[in-house]
Amino acid sequence: MAHEPGGTVTLMPVVRASGLVRSFGTDTVIDNLDLDIAHGEFVALLGRSGSGKSTLLRALAGLDDEITGDLDVRGPVSIAFQEPRLVPWKRLLANISLGLRTRAPRDAARAALAEVGLSGRANAWPLTLSGGEAQRASLARALVREPSLLLLDEPFSALDALTRIAMHRLVLSLWARHRPAVLLVTHDVDEALALADRVLVLSAGRISSACAVTASRPRPPNTPELTHLRNRLLAELGVDEEGTS
Amino acid sequence: MPGLRNALDLERGVISSDPADGREPTAAANPDADRGQHVGPGPGTSRTPGVRTGRTRSRSRSHNRGRGAGALRLISPVIVLAGWQLASGSGLISAQKLPPPTAVWSTGLSLVTTGSSAYGTLQGALAVSLERVAAGFALGATAGVLLAIVAGLSRFGENAFDPLMQMLRTLPLFGLIPVFIVWFGIGETPKILLIAIGVAIPLYLNTFSGIRAVDGKLAELGQVLDLRRRELITAIVLPGALPQILVGLRQSLGVGWLALVVAEQVNANAGLGFMISQATQFLRNDVIIVALLVYCALGLGTDALVRLIERRALRWRMSLAAR
Repeated sequence: MAHEPGGTVTLMPVVRASGLVRSFGTDTVIDNLDLDIAHGEFVALLGRSGSGKSTLLRALAGLDDEITGDLDVRGPVSIAFQEPRLVPWKRLLANISLGLRTRAPRDAARAALAEVGLSGRANAWPLTLSGGEAQRASLARALVREPSLLLLDEPFSALDALTRIAMHRLVLSLWARHRPAVLLVTHDVDEALALADRVLVLSAGRISSACAVTASRPRPPNTPELTHLRNRLLAELGVDEEGTS
Repeated sequence: MPGLRNALDLERGVISSDPADGREPTAAANPDADRGQHVGPGPGTSRTPGVRTGRTRSRSRSHNRGRGAGALRLISPVIVLAGWQLASGSGLISAQKLPPPTAVWSTGLSLVTTGSSAYGTLQGALAVSLERVAAGFALGATAGVLLAIVAGLSRFGENAFDPLMQMLRTLPLFGLIPVFIVWFGIGETPKILLIAIGVAIPLYLNTFSGIRAVDGKLAELGQVLDLRRRELITAIVLPGALPQILVGLRQSLGVGWLALVVAEQVNANAGLGFMISQATQFLRNDVIIVALLVYCALGLGTDALVRLIERRALRWRMSLAAR
């Protein structure tokens, strides 16, 4: 959190975006979008494929020069991509500390690996890691930078169901400890409901609906609140479930 | 934010993961590019990791066959050597045209131990030649790799240097010798320059195409991690291009030795090539053959060195094959 000279915690959001527009040719993917994310808030962004989720995420990560509108992101920002994107010719520890500008980058990287349970693999080549291990390493690399905003671009979508559940727990515990604001892009409604404080639906280039999830974590998936929210979100996304519309 | 946004001051899209980039039309037509015969603009951007893996695996398998296989490979050279000796001994081959292996061996030995007034010692000639090739290689490799980095990382650099290098590539290297003599005289300069150009071109071409084939997603990662330009080059770009750079290295060493042989037979007064041209005048075929064998050994030696570098530097790929 940003501290003013007086010692009071500022309430400026980590992300403040308004009127964002991004077109590819004649196709407007982000259309006059507004979005605020508060410090330490866990936000999930749902949307059908092609709805512009990844475009928005890339814009927040600073990877898109061509987006227009007002965008204020209070860094540092980290991102975990859909694929772990480890550098294959660097051993795991060097991957985590790559580009790290703290005073003892290797120690910080070692601690981050310990946090995601990969202490024993510090010397491994990335190509020898399992999918879950690689994704945990990718999380460690994102968190070691102590971001105020952590962007997660469907990082669990390629994992098997059991590994995904373990990853959800890991993300929640890391989030509880480091308290970055998180924007999780996903197409999985249950994942969004299990993790986020606020679930947004992106459609037609703007946030079409938002709902707060107040249940305390860990959340059993079938409480009335979550069932209600799930049906509502699925309807938003254009999927009818069990006759609800 | 702006800092992050501009962390990578590479031009967008220069390193592209898009196989449709299409800069190298030779890519599809060159299935052999991986094996290193390919001197043209490299094997392009569409290489899949799978192709690489296959190659790695087959090499590590032959490595595992170990000493037995190495001994087997000695059989045919030994047979040729024995046949040569027999043919010479029986008078089938005149000793003046091709002295027998035993004579070549003793000539080599005497060139090392006593030397001669006409050619000096073998090791003296070798030292001179090695110095030339080292100087030429250092110059050419530095120029080739640096130009490839500049051309590989920016459209400006590509437009500035690539056409020139492509033109230079089509020049017959040894056709330059007469002009070089006019320009630089008959001292060391033209010899070293000839080697340098011969070395620079394959290294340039392979490094350039290796850089262009680096996964664009890793370049993007570098941007997200806020890597400095230098870090990006040393941590992502060059290691990513390394397999292709090593192909270029092997080619350029080959051309380097060739250029040495040719350059040294023109107006040299020391070195292996000088030894050969002197021996020609004295009709000492045995000395010529000794010098040629030394060239052979040098070529084999540097090739083995590159293989060693390859094995060490590409360990991360071997780990995949070993699984």
